[in-house]
Amino acid sequence: MLVIPFLILASPPLFAADDVASIKIGYISQQSVAPPNLSNLDVPPENEGIAGGEISIRDNNTTGRFMKQEFLLETAFLAENDDPVKAMEELAAKEVKFIVLDVAGDTVLKLADKAAGRDLLFLNATATDNRLRQQDCRGNVMHIVPSRAMYTDALAQYLVKKRWRKWFLVTGTLERDALFAESIKQSARKFGGKIVAEKQWKFGPDARRTAQAEVPGFTQDLDYDVLIVADEIGIFGEYLMYRTWKPQLIAGTQGLSPSTWHRTHEQWGSAQLQSRFFKRYKRRMRAKDYQVWAPIRAIGEAATRTNSNDFAKMVEYLKGTDFELAGFKGVPLTFRDWNWQLRQPILLIQPTALVSVSPQDGFLHPVSVLDTMGQDKKETTCKIN
Amino acid sequence: MGNGAILRTLGVAASLALTVVPADAYKIYVSNEKDNTVTVINSDGFKVEQTLDVGQRPRGITMTKDGKYLLVCASDDDAVQVFDAVTLKLIKTLPSGPDPELFILHPTGNPLYIANEDDNLVTVVDINTNKVLAEVPVGVEPEGMGISPDGKVLVNTSETTNMAHFIDTTTYELTDNVLVDSRPRYAQFSHDGSQLWVSSEIGGTVAIIDPATRKIIKKLTFEVPGVTPEALQPVGVKVTQDGALAFIALGPANRVAVVNAKTFEIMKYLLVGQRVWQLAFSPDQKHLFSTNGVSNDISVIDVERLKVIKSIRTGRFPWGVVTSQE
Repeated sequence: MLVIPFLILASPPLFAADDVASIKIGYISQQSVAPPNLSNLDVPPENEGIAGGEISIRDNNTTGRFMKQEFLLETAFLAENDDPVKAMEELAAKEVKFIVLDVAGDTVLKLADKAAGRDLLFLNATATDNRLRQQDCRGNVMHIVPSRAMYTDALAQYLVKKRWRKWFLVTGTLERDALFAESIKQSARKFGGKIVAEKQWKFGPDARRTAQAEVPGFTQDLDYDVLIVADEIGIFGEYLMYRTWKPQLIAGTQGLSPSTWHRTHEQWGSAQLQSRFFKRYKRRMRAKDYQVWAPIRAIGEAATRTNSNDFAKMVEYLKGTDFELAGFKGVPLTFRDWNWQLRQPILLIQPTALVSVSPQDGFLHPVSVLDTMGQDKKETTCKIN
Repeated sequence: MGNGAILRTLGVAASLALTVVPADAYKIYVSNEKDNTVTVINSDGFKVEQTLDVGQRPRGITMTKDGKYLLVCASDDDAVQVFDAVTLKLIKTLPSGPDPELFILHPTGNPLYIANEDDNLVTVVDINTNKVLAEVPVGVEPEGMGISPDGKVLVNTSETTNMAHFIDTTTYELTDNVLVDSRPRYAQFSHDGSQLWVSSEIGGTVAIIDPATRKIIKKLTFEVPGVTPEALQPVGVKVTQDGALAFIALGPANRVAVVNAKTFEIMKYLLVGQRVWQLAFSPDQKHLFSTNGVSNDISVIDVERLKVIKSIRTGRFPWGVVTSQE
């Protein structure tokens, strides 16, 4: 296990060290290794995610200079077989109280249950599982990353608005692909999309050389507007485009896709975060970078607004009605109090351009139009309150 | 106004090109963020006179106090460009620090204080000698810039730190930091220096701060029937010379709020173009102009009647606006 503690101070502190209140933020990252056929494609940058966290800590510390506060980041990068509970305990022993998680949904639950009743709050940066916002929600987990339901609702609104209502759903063989497909079906029911056909992609591991032969027949004799692909880790989805029987659009996990961030997103001040990021890391900011940036900024905001590093006060603020995060999405981001999911607009992107931002105009909601996406209060099965 | 002579000279110069120009004609300059241009509008009939090519991503725009030069923040060029206000020729480029967004001149006309969004700095530049006099570290994403009428106090707002930073203009030290709501965009002193107005775009509020005590004396919130609260995003603020009225641009709400600056009562919402950000008065304060980024125009507001009387087409994403005698 590799545990690297480090401290970043953006500017020299204005106050003597002993007057300064410390806020320690932990980061646990444990993601599974990509399957062999993807290992030689786009290798994600080694600092994907944590780079956004570092920018965020710097931002917090710049503000902290005026508040007599300092923010420290303690990280734990785990191999596939490392024990995340052990990493959590090590962070807790260092008086870390807020932990940003880049782990699978099961691990989120394992850590949350282990920490139940203690002064520890988890901020989920990458697990999209709907169940974590529904029956498996936890009072000590707040979700920064949107749920699959938010993503598929964001996409569904756009397709319905374009009157592309007939969807051909193509699902990969992984469990998470099935979860994405299920979420697409729920979104179809919610917004009036129609699944006119459904197939599973079972052509083996690497379609790069065989797709041209396989895709036409696979998509033949079907009457649909959009092919929706459920291939979360990107095994075959990219190979469908331009190879369908008829000239047809692709959306879902490839083609037109929902995301929290994109390199072409420049509205609402995001150009500033983009250029700050690029200057420092010489690469474009990715969705996962944003998803680690946002929770650390949220914790920074809690410390600033409460003028405190007291855990209970900060959590009360994060969970209270005054909390709002300026997250470069044009509206304040707030938490849903029925499952602690961050409300947020969702970008619809293609690889080299931002296409649209959901919620789409015309989808109305009595409380917040952002609640047209994801599990709304009335549908919640979460019992944390 | 003290610089009337210069203004009249400007008017004469302009009249060489046009036929009849009223003595009080002035120009309106609008920076177009996505076109890399400045639209030049003549107040006589509110007609577009010229479109000037400028540096990349022009945002903040102002005039020198003598009315001779137009200053433009070319954000993506990391420079402030200086144009001759009459010939519209590029005279020189001022060092600005990276990504200049908004700036303000000292009441005496020099120096220029520039917010550098990318570097958490306010850069102070002597506009005559092109020298950087100081760099003042502030919060994250500095943007709004206000200066007290006596020139002693500079205020910068930082969009991610969410503070109004008070800077002593002689020592360049921070004297106070006032926490305001999310994404403070603009800082404007009243002309008598008794109020500082700070708009918070994402917070949806405008804080009115007493500069003497640095306490927030009033926080304005807005409400427009049929507009979602999230869309009420205050940005540009202007207070009339007599301190009676304040105008607040409300971004995607497509409204300019009119506020009684004495009682802080919101009197009216004026419907303007889409995504309204910055505001500027005409020299006689009879008109107010608003930049409407998404509808690519500026709205002309009649200040006395509180009515929108005209819209004028600009380039793409009009951002800042200034008039030639302001």
